[in-house]
Amino acid sequence: MQKRLANWGNYPAVASEENAFTQEDQLRHYVVSNDHMIARGNGRCYGDASLGKNSISMLKYDKMLSFDTEKGIMDVQAGVTLDQILDIIVPKGWFLPVTPGTKYITVGGAVASDVHGKNHHVDGAFSGHIIDMDVLIASGETICCNATTHEDLFWATCGGMGLTGIITRVKFDLKKIETAYIRQTQLKAKNLEEVIRLFDEYKHYTYSMAWIDCLQKGDSFGRSILIVGEHATPEELNDTQKKAPLTLPAKRKLSVPFNLPSFVLNTFTVKAFNWLYYGKNYKKVMHKVIPYEPFFYPLDAILHWNRGYGKAGFIQYQFVVSLDKKDGLIAILQRISDKGWGSFLAVLKVFGEQDSLISFPMEGYTLALDFPIRKGLFEFLDELDEIVLQHGGRLYLSKDARMKQEIFWNSYPNARKFADIVKQYNGNARFESLQSERLLLTK
Amino acid sequence: MPTVLLLGAGSDMAVAIARKFASEKYDIQLAGRHTAALVPQQQDLQLRYGIQATSHAFDATDYNSHAGFFAGLPVQPDITICVFGYLGTQEKAQENWQEAAAIINTNYTGAVSVLNVVAESYAAKQQGTIVGISSVAGERGRQSNYIYGSAKAGFTAYLSGLRNRLFRSGVHVMSVQPGFVDTRMTQHLTLPPLLTAQPEAVATAVFKGVARKKNVLYVKWHWKYIMLIIKLIPEGIFKKLSL
Ligand SMILES: Cc1cc2nc3c(=O)[nH]c(=O)nc-3n(C[C@H](O)[C@H](O)[C@H](O)COP(=O)(O)OP(=O)(O)OC[C@H]3O[C@@H](n4cnc5c(N)ncnc54)[C@H](O)[C@@H]3O)c2cc1C
Ligand SMILES: NC(=O)c1ccc[n+]([C@@H]2O[C@H](COP(=O)([O-])OP(=O)(O)OC[C@H]3O[C@@H](n4cnc5c(N)ncnc54)[C@H](OP(=O)(O)O)[C@@H]3O)[C@@H](O)[C@H]2O)c1
Repeated sequence: MQKRLANWGNYPAVASEENAFTQEDQLRHYVVSNDHMIARGNGRCYGDASLGKNSISMLKYDKMLSFDTEKGIMDVQAGVTLDQILDIIVPKGWFLPVTPGTKYITVGGAVASDVHGKNHHVDGAFSGHIIDMDVLIASGETICCNATTHEDLFWATCGGMGLTGIITRVKFDLKKIETAYIRQTQLKAKNLEEVIRLFDEYKHYTYSMAWIDCLQKGDSFGRSILIVGEHATPEELNDTQKKAPLTLPAKRKLSVPFNLPSFVLNTFTVKAFNWLYYGKNYKKVMHKVIPYEPFFYPLDAILHWNRGYGKAGFIQYQFVVSLDKKDGLIAILQRISDKGWGSFLAVLKVFGEQDSLISFPMEGYTLALDFPIRKGLFEFLDELDEIVLQHGGRLYLSKDARMKQEIFWNSYPNARKFADIVKQYNGNARFESLQSERLLLTK
Repeated sequence: MPTVLLLGAGSDMAVAIARKFASEKYDIQLAGRHTAALVPQQQDLQLRYGIQATSHAFDATDYNSHAGFFAGLPVQPDITICVFGYLGTQEKAQENWQEAAAIINTNYTGAVSVLNVVAESYAAKQQGTIVGISSVAGERGRQSNYIYGSAKAGFTAYLSGLRNRLFRSGVHVMSVQPGFVDTRMTQHLTLPPLLTAQPEAVATAVFKGVARKKNVLYVKWHWKYIMLIIKLIPEGIFKKLSL
């Protein structure tokens, strides 16, 4: 069916012919008889990575194939979403090995973006937990691959943004948990120096990330709240929680029903942050035990919060620079704060090392924040890109909708090798997205 | 645990109906032409809902196999839902008897053949529920799909007669009249969003309809009135419309 599609940033919005599948044979038939097609999961990437002339919706390819409750192994079709998996595994004492900040993504999307979570410095990205997976390539052949068999295909598919073919099935390891709760510690940092020091001091914690206030200047430049956590043990729960340690209390979801003017969201986050910073969180260090949902998915509590940025949409800008290039991070944050165009809050996280072909994470600081679309924004972001590049960093393809091609080719060290492998499996560039065309990855 | 048999189990609508009943703790029997293709669905139902699911080979147009198929099921289902159908292509069916026959045989003859077997069994036991997924297309013939429509009209009339006959035996027969549903069958069409139901909505309606012993179910309520109006148009005018 012809549809108007946009991903989470609502930019760009394009006409696309959408096709869905429930059987592999139907998918194979479609793949061998079409071109200009790209897999689409739940559309939670922000930009144009899963948009194209023909989109292959994976959402109906959503059967769970097996769940080994002893060893903690899940085998699913790629269209299953993480929230559906959590509903099944948490009550049995298992958790996702890596999860992004929303649970409304598909497993195929988790692989294609090689997603990272708050535990990257300890557990790496999603690709590190895959036992094996099936990829349907342009010839119609399905290839089972992992880090040791068909490893070129495997590494080019992890973080490969759908360009090697359609991921149809993924088998991956889970993480053992004793409760559905997180023992969380919140720490106030008065500036960037302090939060960076705290990240280091708390790096033995499995989960960590910080909210940075982008508007502060001078001594409070980079004022933040660092949040770290561990899966709670049964002893750490209160009496009510102890009764059913693996079950969460039911919660209602709010939804933003229509596009709001973009100042609304900022006003809201300013209030929320200040409330945490000055109000309830008046102590420098705060401990509490909370359900896993608000810890991992604070934004999921408000469905369609992206509509809060208004009709024109927004760009989420996420980059990484290496640990010894802290000055790059400072320079960019300075520019953002001076310009005042970004969201009030940014997320800061420290990545650990990662060996990969084309995945985004590398050891260093990663910062993400939103920019409502406005005149002059892309020029401004081009300037930021240059600073990222000068500091040996790169941008996350999953959030990108506008990067210039030379930035991509100069910032991803294995870009050439990746493109060569893509050619091998994706003959005549049959799988192609607006992003791959823009970055000249499939030309 | 009560058991539901789904005939044409691989269809998008059947996938949703199976999940709905499984979430209400029914065991599920999946019947379709390609049993290998039903296996992921069977595993999914067991894993998500902790119920028993089985797969069975079934072809609606292999009439002679129907009695054996039904008798050979591991348990006799409490509810039988006939979901399979074939839309086909109207123009092709006008010129090519094979296409016309496939439409008629799948939507009408095959359904009558298998439901006759089920009805006899339920009548003898004096219990059971039969659900038939027909279509609003069967309520008035239109040039764009009257071969499919007439087969569905036949099926609708069959279900109504069966309901009448089995009422005294305590067997419940429900006809489902969906309008547009967003499935593989209609993927190539551009459907009006307001009048188009998701398969999950059909599934919920079917589940509730069975519980409330409904006779005829329209899935988006608008369709009941749309069809009422369409049926009221005098034939002299209707024949001139391009519908
Ligand atoms: C609120 C929010 C928070 C987020 N937080 C994080 C975070 O903390 N860390 C992080 O890493 N990401 C994060 N993301 C980004 C998100 O996790 C990724 O963009 C993810 O890939 C989205 O998956 P999806 O199923 O929605 O796929 P889509 O957005 O539809 O597609 C994303 C990419 O995956 C490809 N793809 C999808 N399915 C398949 C398939 N079956 N086969 C081949 N290719 C496929 C598409 O072609 C496209 O290139 C966040 C997003 C949101 C909205
Ligand atoms: N979609 C709509 O807008 C709409 C509207 C009104 C009514 N309906 C009716 O709803 C029902 C479900 O359709 P759907 O929309 O879910 O479409 P669908 O996904 O195309 O399903 C049709 C199903 O019928 C099966 N089938 C066809 N011939 C068969 C045969 N000889 N033996 C066994 N199974 C056979 C197919 O099985 P295979 O997998 O083996 O091909 C397929 O699973 C149909 O009866 C349809 O007529 C649909």
